[in-house]
Amino acid sequence: MKKTLPFALMDPPFESARSTTALRLVDLALARGHHVNVFAYEGAVALAFAGQQAHPNAVHGRGLEEEDHPLPREWVAALHELAGERGAELAWVNCGLCVDERGVQQSIAGPRRGSPADLARMIDESDNTLVIPTGD
Amino acid sequence: MARKQLHVIDGAYRATLEEQDDTVVWLCHALRGAGAELDLLLEGNAVVYGVQGQEVRPLAFGRRRQKHAPDLAGDLAGLLAKRVAGYYVEEDAAERGIAPSELLESLVPVSRAKLATLFAGYDQVHRW
Repeated sequence: MKKTLPFALMDPPFESARSTTALRLVDLALARGHHVNVFAYEGAVALAFAGQQAHPNAVHGRGLEEEDHPLPREWVAALHELAGERGAELAWVNCGLCVDERGVQQSIAGPRRGSPADLARMIDESDNTLVIPTGD
Repeated sequence: MARKQLHVIDGAYRATLEEQDDTVVWLCHALRGAGAELDLLLEGNAVVYGVQGQEVRPLAFGRRRQKHAPDLAGDLAGLLAKRVAGYYVEEDAAERGIAPSELLESLVPVSRAKLATLFAGYDQVHRW
């Protein structure tokens, strides 16, 4: 039976393992056809920021293409594509005030701007919510 | 004359999947390349960076697959090959069940009781 699974994310990209863990869980849920709601709060709104740029890495001895530096915006895009392929829905909502504070208004296609009211709706429509907060 | 630095890494695996490395080990590579005189101390969870034979697969989300996964022990070995001394807190390794034989041979154990003595040999100690 398909379920709708809400995730509340809080960490910015490139700061902790929590972001990648969250996205891996979303990936698994979508791959199994479940619908996923994501509320990106605080630094997590930057996960889908379109301005993220890859770079070469001299320490690794690799150029731009070979380094293939991870960009969370590409992962978020891939998750949206995966949802489409599996007949699932991925609703990704960025907290608008958090976006403005950080100046990351330019998002990739897929995520939309929202507010805590969206999180309230996600909570009401689900049995439970997985909160992945910023830790110490 | 360059100041002798000791960089101390405590928190490990913080964003290694997204960065494809540990950012402080990376910074030490870059500083060394810029001529800095530095050594490295692994404490807490970071002692695990020295374990040989670690293997992690590159990340994949949907059809997006990364080419590389972090090679933490390899990056560390590469740094130590640049005339950088590497130390680890032996009690932290023992608490985690890591035997000295599992660690990179060039890593030197230091007990907590001797840390102050180690620190005294440097102009600056940077704890990350």
